[in-house]
Parts: sequence; structure tokens; C-alpha cells
Amino acid sequence: MASNTLQKPVLAIRGLRLAFGDRRHPTPVLHGISMHIRPGEKVALVGESGSGKSVTARLAMGLLQDQKRVHVSGSIFFDGIDAAKGGPEIARRRGNRVAMIFQDPTSALNPTFKIRGQFRDVLRSGDRSISNDEADLRAEAALAEVSIPDPKRALDSYAFQLSGGMNQRVMIAMALANRPQLLIADEPGTALDVTVQAQTLNLMHELTEKTGTSVLLISHNLGVVREFADRVYVIYRGRIVEHGTTAQLFNDPRHPYTRALLAAIPKISGGGLPDLPERSPEFESPLIVHEGCGEPTEAFA
Amino acid sequence: MANILRSLLHRLGAALIVLIGISMLIFAIARVMPGDPARIALGPNATAEQVAALRLERHLDASLPVQYFEFVKSLARGDLGTSLYTNRPVTTDIAQFLPATLELVLVSGILMVLIGLPLGILSAHFRGRFPDHVGRLIALLGVCTPAFVWGVILQLVLGYFWGWFPIEGQLAQSTVAPPLVTGFMLIDTLLAGDGAAFLDALHHLILPSLALAMSGLGQTARLTRSNMNEVYERPYVEMARAYGFPARRIATRYAFRPALIPTLTILGLEFAAMLGNAFLVEKVFGWPGLSRYGVEVILRKDLDAIVGTVLIIAAAFLIVNIIVDILVNVINPRIRLAAGRA
Repeated sequence: MASNTLQKPVLAIRGLRLAFGDRRHPTPVLHGISMHIRPGEKVALVGESGSGKSVTARLAMGLLQDQKRVHVSGSIFFDGIDAAKGGPEIARRRGNRVAMIFQDPTSALNPTFKIRGQFRDVLRSGDRSISNDEADLRAEAALAEVSIPDPKRALDSYAFQLSGGMNQRVMIAMALANRPQLLIADEPGTALDVTVQAQTLNLMHELTEKTGTSVLLISHNLGVVREFADRVYVIYRGRIVEHGTTAQLFNDPRHPYTRALLAAIPKISGGGLPDLPERSPEFESPLIVHEGCGEPTEAFA
Repeated sequence: MANILRSLLHRLGAALIVLIGISMLIFAIARVMPGDPARIALGPNATAEQVAALRLERHLDASLPVQYFEFVKSLARGDLGTSLYTNRPVTTDIAQFLPATLELVLVSGILMVLIGLPLGILSAHFRGRFPDHVGRLIALLGVCTPAFVWGVILQLVLGYFWGWFPIEGQLAQSTVAPPLVTGFMLIDTLLAGDGAAFLDALHHLILPSLALAMSGLGQTARLTRSNMNEVYERPYVEMARAYGFPARRIATRYAFRPALIPTLTILGLEFAAMLGNAFLVEKVFGWPGLSRYGVEVILRKDLDAIVGTVLIIAAAFLIVNIIVDILVNVINPRIRLAAGRA
């Protein structure tokens, strides 16, 4: 990673704040989040449900900004633009510079269209002038890359005709088809069974290594994070509370919340779940950054 | 394909049972309504003997089951009886008046789909913004204003004040009617090769069909809007946005098709309901259609004509429903493929 720290980050979030509701009574959701991902890096954002990890991912893709009653401040540097503002600049980059993998692949594919048509539109967001035949060829190649045995048949299927694992592969193929710089995986495969989930992560790992794509992994599963990520941000109630490399964080968790989170992993040998408070004033302690993991200071846009 | 055929046969069978039920019901209702049909038909000046003779001729004194049996016997020969009012076979009357109504209703249905669906898509696409407000206002006015009021408003504004459209009838006085082939004015004028007459017929058709379409059009727009708003919350629409599909393409394709499936069923009902609602519009626009005929024969207690008209409208209703069912199956791959496996 040493050489990597010299490269400009792919994604750099600075003081990102988000609130829902009308201006006079906003409900704050994110309280100033900063994080970054360097080229080829796999970074995990870990937290419990409602901690703000999914909205962070959606803000980075510009998916929330144009909705009503959404107030965003701070900045999200990605691909030479500030994505925090939302709008057409980031919209143009979706699907080709940044892509997303969803929790439940089967419900993330349209039930009234075959995979083929959707794949064509995915490829078209990378290359508007691509012909149908050309798109189909590239789609078949992309599906073969994720080890789908009969790509032609898969293209002519509807999502509900394929298994969850197959759909997950289709999603990964779509996500990486335009060779994005950044892949955001929002709890990939949580809706699937454990073996398929493990396969999904292996496949994602393998392919992003090959294409050099950076990954932002959103997860609440610490086992998955430990296997997959190079660096980890722990998020609690809209604040990053601890940041370090995976090894640092798992070997030496320093923030009380991180320690509680790690203690919540059920162990086969142990006597069930430990008794943990859901909330504790300690959890609100300030951010702990491990050695060598500070936010980059160089100019971005 | 065999499956579609089989399910079609199944639906036709079910429709036949419904038709038999309706025929019994309307047959009974027409006969228990107060008033003596023979007396009404012959007028107040007829003698008691004349009335009695007519009652005998039409089996009016027999019991209901016997009368129904006689009705079914003649129906099997394609005979719906004779109108007491026009003194012609009911089938002849229907053949004369049905095409005008069908033409009106079909054009209304086309307007309903061509205006209602895009209006709903626009509303959903621009949810909460200006086009949505306009679309919802039009839809609401369409739903809550009766067709005959629309008829009068359209006549007044577009026909009388601005003079863009003729106020009533199927053709202008100066236009020579084409030879009768199908009874559909648009088709007959085309068959006659008379372009001017075709345009004139179309010109006359626009206001009444728009008036008739308004309510279904509003309902269609509202349903499309709400179904699409629901679909917009689904993960696959977020996926479409996350993968950079153009917003317009999402609105017209990826969010529209899933939303169309539940809309289509109601659309079919609205379409069929227009057959019944047509009579006020026909009345307002002096349109020589079956619905107007139906109202006249009901008021005159013209038994055979009532039963015949209701049966024809019921049959049209059922046919439209079957067509809609088939369309839903074609559009919804889940149903289509499930039927293929069974």
C-alpha cells in the first residue's frame, strides 16, 4: 500500500453532512463524515443498521441529492467533480465511472425485462453509440467472466427465472462491464445464503484485483470485512468513530464502540452473545485514527 | 401458443356462463318492471282486444320460465325477437345502431390510452412539480365531471365559440353518406374512397369521443401515476438510476411496464364501462348509436329490444375483458412463463 498512498484518492469525502426533513426541523443523519479510497483499494464502511452507511454510499453516487427534503453539505470528490451537489455531472458517471451492487440482486433486476435489455442499457451508459449486437457480445463476455455457464441463456432469462447466486453474478458482471474506477457494494448478498455470499465476495475480490477497481464495501458483517477489506471505517450514528487498516482495527480496536461491535461476533466456542449495551455514552467518544491512516490533505478537484 | 389458446377457450367458456346468467337476470327484470308492454307499445287508443291479441302473440301471459324457453329457442336461430316499438327484428335494429356506438367507444378507448397513459407517466416523472400538478388537475376534472357535462362544455367551447368542431351528428349536411358496408362511418368512407367524407366523419367523431373518454382518461392517468410512484420505490428502479439509465428511459420503460400491468386491468373495465356510459354522450351529440337506442327501448318497456341490447353490451364487455386478460398475460412475463410451465 505504500506506493498507493502517493496516488490521488479515487473518492474523497470531506465533512459530509446530511439531514432529512424541512429546513426548520431537519433530522440530522450524517454529522460530518470524512473518508477516502485510493486506486485499487478495498475500503469497508462498517456499522449497524441506521448508522448512515447506505446513505453515504447513495450520496457518493448522487442518488439522494435531487430528492426533496434532503439537505447535503460537505464535499465528495470523485473523478474530478464534486458529487455532493448531485445533478447531471455525477449522473453521467453512474454506471460507467462508478457502479453499485445491491443487497438483493433478484429484486434489483427489473422483473418485466430480460437481462439482455438491461445489460444493453448498462453498456450504453458507458458507450452511447454501441449497437445491440456489439452490446450483446460484450454482455456475453462479461457473463462468461463471472463464470455463468450459458451466457446466451442467461441473457434471455428474466431475473426471477435465475437463482439468487446467478443474479448476483449478473449484477457483478453489469457493475464491472464498463470498467468503473469505483465499485460500491451495499451489503452484497446479504439476502442470499452464506455460501453464495462467500462466492460473491471471492468473485468481486478476484475481478476488482484484475481490473484495478476500487471498492467501497458497506457491511455490518465483520467477518466479511476482515476477509475482504484493506482498510476499515467504523461508523456509529452518523459519525466515523474509528479508522485503521483491517489488521490494526481487528488486532487493536481502540474505540469503545468498535470493541463492542467486535465483541458482538458470535463464537462457536463461546457461551452465546455477550451482554452488550445498545447505547452507551462511551460510544460517542471522538474519532480514533490509527497510525498512518490520516485523511489525505492534497488538493483534489 | 397452445397454452394461450387453451386459456382463451377457458375464458370463452366462462364468458358464456356469465352471458347465460345475465340473459336470465335481464329477462326477469324486464318482465317484473311495472307497466304493460303491450299497452305501451299500442298506445292509449288501442282497444283491450288489440292489447290482449298482442300479449298472446308475444307469449306475454305465459309463465316466466316458458317465456325464457321460447326466447332461448329463437335465440338459437339467431333471432332476438321483434321490437314492439320499431316493429322490426331486434337484430336489425342492433345491426343498425351498434356500429356507431362501437366506433365512438373504440375511438374513445384509443384517446383514453393515448392521452391517459402519457399524462400519468408525466405526472410520475415530474412528481410534485408543475407538470404533475397540471396532470393531476386534468385527471381529477376528468374523473369527477360526468361525460355529458364534458359533452356540453366541449360543444360550447370548441364547437360553438371557437367553431373548430361540428356540434352534432356523424357527417355534415353537405357530405354524401357512403354506401353502407360495415356501418362504421370511418371504414365505409374509406371503402368508398371518399377522403373528404372520411375526414368529415373523423371531424365529427372527435368531440363526442373526447367527452366519453374524459373519465376513463382521468382514471387511467391517476392509476398510472400512483402505480408508477410505487414502482419508483422499488430496488430495480434504483438500480436503473445507479447504472446511469437515462431518466426518460426509466420513466417510459423500466418504471412504466411494471406499473402498466395493474393499470391495464382497470383500463379494460373503464373501456367496457364506456359502452354503457355512451348513451348520454350519444344523446348530447345526436349520435345514432346503440346506447341511445337502449335507453329509448327501456323507457318504452320494449322487452325483446331491452334484452337484446343488454346482451350485446354484456357480450362486448366480456370480449373486452378477455382481450385485456390476454394483454396482461403477454406483458407480464411471470404469468406468461408460469402458464407455459403448467
